[in-house]
Amino acid sequence: MNVFGDLLSGFGTVLTPEYLLYAAIGVTLGTFVGVLPGIGPALTIALLLPVTFSLDDPIGTFIMFAGIYYGAMYGGSTTSILLNTPGESASVATAIEGYQMARRGRAKAALATAAIGSFVAGTISTLLLSLFAQPVAKLATTFRAADYFALALLAMVAVTALVGRSLVRGLLSLIFGLFLGVIGIDGLTGQARFTFGTMELLEGIDVVVVIVGLFAIGETLFVASRMHHLPEHVTPLESGAGNHKSWMSRDDWRRSWAPWLRGTAVGFPFGALPSGGADVPTFLSYTYEKHRSKNREQFGKGAIEGVAGPEAANNAAFSGVLVPLLTLGIPTSATAAVMLAAFQIFNLQPGPQLFDNSPELVWALIASLYVGNVLLLALNLPLIRVWVKVLQIPRPILYAGILVFATLGVYASTGSVNQVFIAYGIGVIGFGMRHFDFPIAPVILGLILGPMMELQFRRALVLSNGDLTVFVSRPLTAILLALVVVALLVPYLPRIVARLRGRPAESKRLTFAEDD
Amino acid sequence: MNRRTFAATAAVALLATATAGCQKDTAGGGSAEYPSKTLQLMVPAAPGGGWDLTARTMQKTMTDGKLLDQPVEVYNVTGAAGTIGLAQLVSKNKGDAHHLMVMGLVMVGGVVANKSPVKLDQVTPIATLTAEQEVIVVPANSKYTSLEQLMADAKANPASINWGGGSAGGTDQILVGLLAKAAGADPKAMKYVAYSGGGEAKAALLAGDLTAAVSGQSEFKDLVSAGKVRALAVSGTNGVDVGEGKPAKTIKEQGLDVELMNWRGVVAPPGISDADKTAVTAFIDKLHSSSGWTDAMKAQGWEDFYKSGDEAAAYFTAENERITSVLTDIGLG
Repeated sequence: MNVFGDLLSGFGTVLTPEYLLYAAIGVTLGTFVGVLPGIGPALTIALLLPVTFSLDDPIGTFIMFAGIYYGAMYGGSTTSILLNTPGESASVATAIEGYQMARRGRAKAALATAAIGSFVAGTISTLLLSLFAQPVAKLATTFRAADYFALALLAMVAVTALVGRSLVRGLLSLIFGLFLGVIGIDGLTGQARFTFGTMELLEGIDVVVVIVGLFAIGETLFVASRMHHLPEHVTPLESGAGNHKSWMSRDDWRRSWAPWLRGTAVGFPFGALPSGGADVPTFLSYTYEKHRSKNREQFGKGAIEGVAGPEAANNAAFSGVLVPLLTLGIPTSATAAVMLAAFQIFNLQPGPQLFDNSPELVWALIASLYVGNVLLLALNLPLIRVWVKVLQIPRPILYAGILVFATLGVYASTGSVNQVFIAYGIGVIGFGMRHFDFPIAPVILGLILGPMMELQFRRALVLSNGDLTVFVSRPLTAILLALVVVALLVPYLPRIVARLRGRPAESKRLTFAEDD
Repeated sequence: MNRRTFAATAAVALLATATAGCQKDTAGGGSAEYPSKTLQLMVPAAPGGGWDLTARTMQKTMTDGKLLDQPVEVYNVTGAAGTIGLAQLVSKNKGDAHHLMVMGLVMVGGVVANKSPVKLDQVTPIATLTAEQEVIVVPANSKYTSLEQLMADAKANPASINWGGGSAGGTDQILVGLLAKAAGADPKAMKYVAYSGGGEAKAALLAGDLTAAVSGQSEFKDLVSAGKVRALAVSGTNGVDVGEGKPAKTIKEQGLDVELMNWRGVVAPPGISDADKTAVTAFIDKLHSSSGWTDAMKAQGWEDFYKSGDEAAAYFTAENERITSVLTDIGLG
């Protein structure tokens, strides 16, 4: 089949004033909703589902949904960068360096690299989706439970850089996240764990609630506690002349383009894996950039690579997620699950035959992704100027607002007052962690990867009747686990080599969790 | 326009609408007394699932078909197979006939498996609306071509069959338990791996982790018609087409006495008056007999599974007993 011909006709469908309007509405709506902590794209699309009933236009609906997704993701990074309050797990990695950049008056550059990086990654990954959807889907369905376990383990080992300055503090944070992850009904046996007999905890603690608690509420409490030691408001703009015109300096471009491409390379395949999603690749991208950057000393103090990479990975993952959704009907993220429901409302069944049965819709959807990307860039680059003004709002008002929206967000996404209390409880813990200098990101990491590792490990063992050789009997699993060993050993390699040669170790460990 | 003329005009307009309604549809018959204020419809699960789709389809049919003059609000209370929503309906909405909840077989199982302190017999049953059959599928390259072969092996060597489907204690696992029981195998020995949602189970079946997957009939339709998986049986009274272009064989036709419908229905809070109960039931009756509902069911591929009033109440009780017993056999009760 001629992919480009199909894609061209897709563009033909999308590039009408009506559909462009849908895309613009989607992007704008998504951006504004994404700015609210706790309300992610999945919830927005879910809330809009009834509206689409009455639209009765599948193509328009999906164009709008794609716009919402991109917009919400971008909105999420905006708050991560400006206020250290990521709205969902995929923006947590962005917050680490982005907020530091904003604090140093580099908010414009951070927002710009996020927007342009999203655009670059979105465009490339959409191209990959158009060209390789079918073969990638085939590859993704060769992953078995044992492979997922190995992959999760690899991700866990690879992102240890998030642990930060103190290994003990980092590991404690990670363990706290792992603990939060096991609360609730155990997926395999249906047994309740750590619920203390309450109904509310049966479903576990939603990662959104944890993120809003740790970041938005924790940050607010922290800022409130040191109100009198902080300047009136954050420097919104870099001092010095000439910076008001351009968003990114030549140096920023030079440091951003490679992370954009690498982020795309990580994000797309991870999104395509059934069980993927956008969060793991953003952490992987962050770690990788930190690991190989020439400006490693800037990490933790606002390195632009740490924003460019994760943002690209985040956007690329969405096109990845569409691969199994469109070709096999397998949703791999919350947003994809809601979109699957939307497909079914229009009586369309995504799967191997969707490309043959409804080519017009599929290619229009793919074309709308390109259009959404362009619109997002067109809307957001000029808006950066406006967003940065947020930082000029006096702190008490700004953080009161964050608190209101955080509360609203949790309530809207869970519909439960108890979850709001849980978020505040976690917020107090987040305040304590900040006060005692514990890193926050490992909590999210443990919460996401922990349950995945545990579930897949046990699944693999149940399926193999408890035979542990299942983890080495297939090449894919064995290779992934070998990579885990390599990732663990590499930092110590210089020392081992030195000792083998009978010399005292001259250099310390290589890079993974070094002081920064 | 002063208030009195406005009221008069409104009344005339209403009368006109009512008369027009009568002429078109004698069963509908003008503006009913129920609902007299905003109708709240609780979905005890996340947006996008089966209950959510049911509730939103009800909302659309009621509004589009002008079955009521009041707005309908759908809201979601997520968690634990709907038992959190159930607890909320019982504690917060007692006696409020304008507060209905969508539920179904999954909740019956959830109450048992989660040892929910709030039981289903505490709410007021209104009706069952729709049902979907379950389908049992194997990969296209599987050695199993009939349910009989699969169950023979499941009985002789339970460890050799990897069953997969939705959450622990849900419809899919209940069906595996019922099948084992009917085939004379030990329900507890069945190796069932729970996945969150049909997508994950689909991927696991294609990747070769599973011997057989159990799911709602529509879930595997596309993979069946693409020849990637093979349907062995469906769980209803009459076979339905699950993607082969002809009705699949039922479990009963293959010699096992098992029928399981993943039904969905509506309940009201406890403590509503008999008059209210009659009014709510009449309103749902009206929804069910509307042409919009028939069209919606057809579009969604739902089977009509309508029982209301006492018939619904009796069915709830019977299902409760059957599900509790099989979940106890599996070891989840």
